[in-house]
Amino acid sequence: MDLQVQTDAPLLEVVSAGDGQAVKVSGRWTILTANIAETLMQGLPAKCSLRHVIIDMGNVKQLDTAGAWLLHRMRADLEFAGRFVELQNVDSRYYELFAEIEKHNPRVPPTKRPRPSLVALFERTGELTVEVYRDALAICHILGSLAMVIAWAVTSPRRMRAISIAVQFDKSCIGAVPIVMLMSFLIGAIIAQQGGFYLKQFGADIFVVDLAGILVLREIGVILTAIMVAGRSGSAFTAELGSMKMREEIDALNVIGLRVTEVLILPRLLALMLSLPVLVFLANIAALFGAGLVCWWYLGIPPAAFLTQLQIAIDVETLMVGVVKAPFMALIIGLIACVEGMKVSGSAESLGLHTTMSVVKAIFLVIVVDGVFAMFFASIGI
Amino acid sequence: MNQSGAQPIPFSRSSSPALGRDVILSARGVVVGFGTKMVLENLDLDVYRGEVLGFVGGSGQGKSVLMRTILGLTPMKDGSISVFGKDLGEASAEERTAIERRWGVLFQQGALFSSLTVRQNVQFPMREHLKLSQRLQDELALLKIEMVGLPRDAAEKYPSELSGGMIKRAALARSLALDPDLVFLDEPTSGLDPIGAAEFDQLIYKLKETLGLTVYMVTHDLDSLHTVCDRIAVLAERKVLVTGTIDDMMHYDHPWVKEYFRGARALRRA
Repeated sequence: MDLQVQTDAPLLEVVSAGDGQAVKVSGRWTILTANIAETLMQGLPAKCSLRHVIIDMGNVKQLDTAGAWLLHRMRADLEFAGRFVELQNVDSRYYELFAEIEKHNPRVPPTKRPRPSLVALFERTGELTVEVYRDALAICHILGSLAMVIAWAVTSPRRMRAISIAVQFDKSCIGAVPIVMLMSFLIGAIIAQQGGFYLKQFGADIFVVDLAGILVLREIGVILTAIMVAGRSGSAFTAELGSMKMREEIDALNVIGLRVTEVLILPRLLALMLSLPVLVFLANIAALFGAGLVCWWYLGIPPAAFLTQLQIAIDVETLMVGVVKAPFMALIIGLIACVEGMKVSGSAESLGLHTTMSVVKAIFLVIVVDGVFAMFFASIGI
Repeated sequence: MNQSGAQPIPFSRSSSPALGRDVILSARGVVVGFGTKMVLENLDLDVYRGEVLGFVGGSGQGKSVLMRTILGLTPMKDGSISVFGKDLGEASAEERTAIERRWGVLFQQGALFSSLTVRQNVQFPMREHLKLSQRLQDELALLKIEMVGLPRDAAEKYPSELSGGMIKRAALARSLALDPDLVFLDEPTSGLDPIGAAEFDQLIYKLKETLGLTVYMVTHDLDSLHTVCDRIAVLAERKVLVTGTIDDMMHYDHPWVKEYFRGARALRRA
């Protein structure tokens, strides 16, 4: 071997010895140098053409499991090629290591890699369909439990878990107020500015108030708040339930004789259904305030004129069209979050996956539900 | 160096903790505290090459804190810790990586990566630190998995599919992935049945003998202390109170040490 390597690197040297050949092994045979050692070993059976081969380990400076395994593999490869192999000058401190290695046979079985095919595509589609069906079933299950617990609560109010609901309400509503209001304030201001910019060209500045008022109250306020809540509370629900599932806390609840839907899911759902309308109402106020400020500073509509025009443009019905959608959206967000949370399995990866899925599905369904409501209101003429 | 001198002698190691032995880990004047509460104060500790050091102490006395401090997971307020003759406080980032490659850690709960199979868990340190061929990585990982006594079909399982004892073994296999010189074991036998615990003790002993490991073992298991530990260190009163063999512990005069090694539970095992 004419390879120029540093003195400590593993080295194999084939020399002739007596009626056979000797492979002189030297240097450090450790896991740090195992990649060098493995390259050296390639083609060794071809180089040792004689029948009798001696592996001389007198100059091995250091040996660990990786090195011992490689030497063991080298010996096995030589023997497989029909050579008679003899080990020489093995340091006594490596006896136990070699004895241990010889007990194991870590040959890797070939792995099957699935090939992409039409069948696999159908299989995946089928699996997804079944999954959607199971999701729907789980949602129905939770809805049914919700109805039952509410029915029970009429007879014994203690079952409502008022404290639990209050704690969840505090987390999902009170905690969300600042960010939801700030976001709505900015959105209101942006709508007024953008609308005003174009309406000013027609001298119709004052109709910015109508635009902002109707848009915010009917659609923007509720939908943006729902999206914010899906990202904030929905993901939190999934992560909480998922990590409780991972740490067997859910199983513990079941064993104690409590129903997860009753103890964990219902307080969250009810709290969310209470908090989203409140948040939507606050978001509407913030958005109208933002729109009013922009109208005053940018379009020169004084607050008094803004309020007068607003009273002409909107009424309580406009507000209610928005707010009435909120509990339904909250229900969707909560249901998706809880179903995804209960689907979490053992790994951290699955927790991440289901939290993502929860938010994505919730936002998608919020928009779908909003569309359904738009069609409904249009057909009843509101 | 010759085959004729056939007595299998262990590495440069003797059964009694003699002076002048190679110190692999030394801690001097270590102070660790959280807020105003001091957990460790002025703590000194030496671990010699090739020994199994059993570390005992009451719950909440700071055994895990000390281990985490040595591993650099908990900051210390004062003192110095050197591993393999290198002061960890002064080591550069590269030196630190080199040191981290030479130690392995078994956390109390296993701390296996839950999204990887056992084989991938064991391969993970190899993959990150070394450039080995996939074949060699697979072979070495399976070798380690078999060495710690796991069945072969466990290699393709995920941690959530394993029992408690198997998780400990898999975590041990991962800590041994890079053939470390020093292994930290945090309560390796806790939560195992007596047979499993005895097997685990034997496994640690076997690995120490074959691989020449130095083992730092936090444990509460009196059987482990009696069977595998060369030396025992007692953590009490915020420092290492005493170190020595199990016989030394039997004769040491301190209420906690007395109660621990000669209490009702300890005597019942005899």
